[in-house]
Amino acid sequence: MIIKSLDPRVDRNEMDADATFGGLESMDQWQTYEVFHQTKRGQHHVHVGNVHAPNHDMALMFGKEQFARRGATVNLWVVKSADVFATDYADSDIFESTAEKLHRDAGSYKVMDRINAYKERVKQEL
Amino acid sequence: MNLTDNQVAALKDLLYKMADDQLILGHRNSEWTGLGPILEEDIAFSSMAQDKIGQAYQLYSILNELGESEPDTIAFTRNANQFHCCDYVCHPIGQYDFSLVRHFFFDNAELIKFNTLASSAFDPLAMLARKFKGEIKYHTMHANTWIKQLAQGNEESKTRIQNSINEGFNLALGIFEQGTFEKELVDSKFYIGEEAVMNEWYATVKEIIESVGLTIPALDLSNAVNGGRKGQHSSHLQPMLTEMTEVYAIDPSADW
Repeated sequence: MIIKSLDPRVDRNEMDADATFGGLESMDQWQTYEVFHQTKRGQHHVHVGNVHAPNHDMALMFGKEQFARRGATVNLWVVKSADVFATDYADSDIFESTAEKLHRDAGSYKVMDRINAYKERVKQEL
Repeated sequence: MNLTDNQVAALKDLLYKMADDQLILGHRNSEWTGLGPILEEDIAFSSMAQDKIGQAYQLYSILNELGESEPDTIAFTRNANQFHCCDYVCHPIGQYDFSLVRHFFFDNAELIKFNTLASSAFDPLAMLARKFKGEIKYHTMHANTWIKQLAQGNEESKTRIQNSINEGFNLALGIFEQGTFEKELVDSKFYIGEEAVMNEWYATVKEIIESVGLTIPALDLSNAVNGGRKGQHSSHLQPMLTEMTEVYAIDPSADW
C-alpha cells in the first residue's frame, strides 16, 4: 500500500507503507565532529555541539548551517569526536579540593586592600 | 540616478530573470525539507532554499521601486508564461544527485553574476549584490564540497554525479539565454552580460569537475535549453506554481 499524505511531496515519492526497514549496519552513519564556535575574533571558541560528517571539510560545511546560521560568527573549529580525550566520571572526585589553602587564595594577599581600592577608583572613573 | 525608459525596461528584464530563478529554485529546493538524505544536509539545504527566497524578495522589492507590483503579488499571481526563470530551475527535484548538481551549476553562476553586479552602475542592485555575497559564497562552498565528496566516493556516487552533470549541462546553459536588452545592460554598465558570465562560469565549473576526476561536456550553445527567459517553459512550471500559490489563492487579501 502506498502512503497517502496531505503533503504532496510525500505522495510524489510513492512510499510503500508496508516496507520494512533493514536496520543499520556499522558505518551506516558518518563519524561525529565536535563543533566550536567563535563570536568575535580573539575570543575563545566555545563548544556548541556536534555534526555527522565523513571528513573535516564536510563537517565545517555542515557546522556552519547547524550552529552559525543565526547570530554573529567569525570562525568555526571542528574536531573529530574520537580525538577528544576525557576524564572518567568515576574519577570526578579528583576535582574536589580542600578549602584550607589560604596560600592559594588571592583574597589573602597583603595588597588586597590596594587592589580593591584601585578597582573602585576605575569603576568610578568609568 | 535618472534612468531612460529603455534602461528601466532593461533593468526590469534583468531583475525578473534573476528573481524568478531564485524564487523557483528556492521553492524547488525547499521540497527537500524533511526528506533530505541526512539530518545535517536537510537543514543546510533548507536553509539555503530560504536564502534564495529572501534574495528573490529583495530583487522583487527593487522591481517594485521601479514601478512593478508588490513582491507578493509578483510572486503569487502570475502564470507560468509570465515567469522569466530558466527551464533548469523549473524541473522537479528528482533524485538528490540531480538537485545537488543543479545547485552546483546554478549557484556557481550566481556567484559570478553577483560578484560582477557588485560594481553595477545601478546602485540598488550593486548594494544587494554586496549584501548577498556571503550567502552565495557559502552556497558554492557547500555545492563544491559535495561534488568533490561524491566524486571521490564509490562507483555509485561517482556514476550518479557524472550522469547528473551530463543530464543537467544543456539545461544549465539555459541560465545564460540572452534577452532583448543585452546590449543596453552592457552599454549602461548595469551588467557585464550573459556571455561573459557564462564563459567565466564554464571555466570555473570545468576546473572543479575535472579536478575530481569527472568530465564536463564541451561548451556548445546550440544544445542550450532556452526559452525560459521569454516565458516559454516546459510543462513542469505550472503545476509547481499551482502548488506554491495554493495557500495564497485561498485569500489573496489575507494579512500574514
